[in-house]
Amino acid sequence: MSADCPTIRFTVNGQDVAVETLPMKRLLDVLREDLHLTGTKEGCGEGECGSCSVRMNGELVNSCLVPVLQAEGACIQTVEGLAINGELHPLQKAFLQCGGAQCGICTPGMLMAATQLLAINPHPGMPEIREGLAGNLCRCTGFTRIFESVVAAASAETFNAQANHAR
Amino acid sequence: MRGDPHAHELIAPGSLSAVLELIASAPGEWTPIAGGTELMVAHAAGRLTSGKLISLWGIPDLRFITVNPDTIVIGAATTFRDLRIQADIATHLPLLAKSASWIGSIANQSRATIGGNLVNGSPAADSSPALLAYDAEIEIISVRGTRRIPYAHFHTGYKRNLMASDELLYAVHLPIRFAHHRQYLRKVGTRRAMAISKVALAATALVEDGSIREIRVAAASLAAFPTRLYRTEAALLGQRVDPHAIRSARTALLAEVMPIDDIRSTAEYRVRVAANLLEEFLKELQSAETPA
Repeated sequence: MSADCPTIRFTVNGQDVAVETLPMKRLLDVLREDLHLTGTKEGCGEGECGSCSVRMNGELVNSCLVPVLQAEGACIQTVEGLAINGELHPLQKAFLQCGGAQCGICTPGMLMAATQLLAINPHPGMPEIREGLAGNLCRCTGFTRIFESVVAAASAETFNAQANHAR
Repeated sequence: MRGDPHAHELIAPGSLSAVLELIASAPGEWTPIAGGTELMVAHAAGRLTSGKLISLWGIPDLRFITVNPDTIVIGAATTFRDLRIQADIATHLPLLAKSASWIGSIANQSRATIGGNLVNGSPAADSSPALLAYDAEIEIISVRGTRRIPYAHFHTGYKRNLMASDELLYAVHLPIRFAHHRQYLRKVGTRRAMAISKVALAATALVEDGSIREIRVAAASLAAFPTRLYRTEAALLGQRVDPHAIRSARTALLAEVMPIDDIRSTAEYRVRVAANLLEEFLKELQSAETPA
C-alpha cells in the first residue's frame, strides 16, 4: 500500500494550485477538502447524477470519477469560477429568475453542464438542451424550469454579446 | 462504501513506451486506467481489486483518429466525444458515431474511451455491436511488438479477452467500405439517456439483385460478451428478403442467443426484442429493395 503523496499542480478557475495528495484521491474530494471549493457537490459518487460536474480542459467531466493525478496540468473550472467580480454569470441569473434552482444540490452541476453546452452551442434548441443536461439529475424541479433557465440564458447571452458589440 | 485512495497506487509514466516497459517488467501487476468511468466507479464502491494502476490518460500516442484512403484507425484512448466530433466517423462509420452519442452522458463521453469499452468487456458494451457489424480489427501492442486480430475473436468469455498480461490494446482498425451497405443499430434501454442496454443489435448488409450478398449481425446483452450472430447471418446469406426469410432468420436468432435474467431485464424479454429488432432491420432492407 502506497502512502506517497506527490505534489500535483493544475489551475482552478484561473488560479494555479499545488496539492500534496494521494494520486487516487478523487478530484471532487481535492476540490472540496483540500481547496475548500464546496460548490461542487457529491450526489451518487458513481458518475450517474452529475452533481459533481466540473469542466476540465474545456470538457465536462464528473469530478467523482477523476483521480486527481489525471488532473495534473489541467485547467479546471468549477461553479465558483462562473461569477466574475461578484457579477453572476448569465446562467446563474437565469436560474434565479426562472426558478431553475430549488434544493440546490444539483444546481452547480447543472450550471457547469449548461456552461459546457453554451460554450459549444450558443443557441441550443430544446433537444440539444435536454441532451446536454441528460447526465444531471434533479429531484425537485421536474427539469422544465431548468431547461427554461438555459433558454433564457442563451437569449440573454445573445443580448449581452450584441450589447457589448454595439458599445 | 467509499473506496480508500490509500489502498491504490496510481502512476502516470506519460508515454506509451514507458507504460509498455513497466507492464512487461511486472506482467499482470499493473491495471491500466484511462478515463476511469468504469474503474473509478468500482473504486467508489470499494470493489476495485487492483492495488497498482497505471494511467493511460493524456498519452497522445494512444489518442488519435487516422483517416486513410480505405481504413480509419482509432487509438485506444480516443474518447467517445472525440468520435462524436470527428466528421469522418459520422460519414463513414455512422453506427459508431451513433453508439458514441448514447454512451452515458456528455460528462461520461468526455472521459470514456473506446479501448476501455472493449477491454472492460461488458456484455452490454455500447460500441461493440457497431464494431462487429463493421468487421473491425484490434491492434494489440507490447514490448514484443504489435499484432492484429479480428475484433470478433477478441472476447473469450465474460469479461475475458485474449490479451496477454504484458499487452495493451493499441488501436481499432475499421475498413471504409460500407457506403453501399444498409446499416442498422438500435439499443433498447430503460430510458434514452444514461441507460445500460437491455439489448442492442447492429447490422450491415449488402443487397444485390434482390439477394443478400453480405451480412453481419451483432448484438450486445444477448451472451456473456458482445458477439456476432453467425447462424442468423448464415440463415440470411444469399436469400431474398421476404416473409419466409424473415421467419427463418428469427428462428435462427432464437436458437443462437443465450441471454440471462439480470437486474436490467429478463432473458425472455431480451430474446423477443432482439428478434423484433432483427425483423425491423430486415423490413428496412425489404422496403429499400422494393420500388415504391
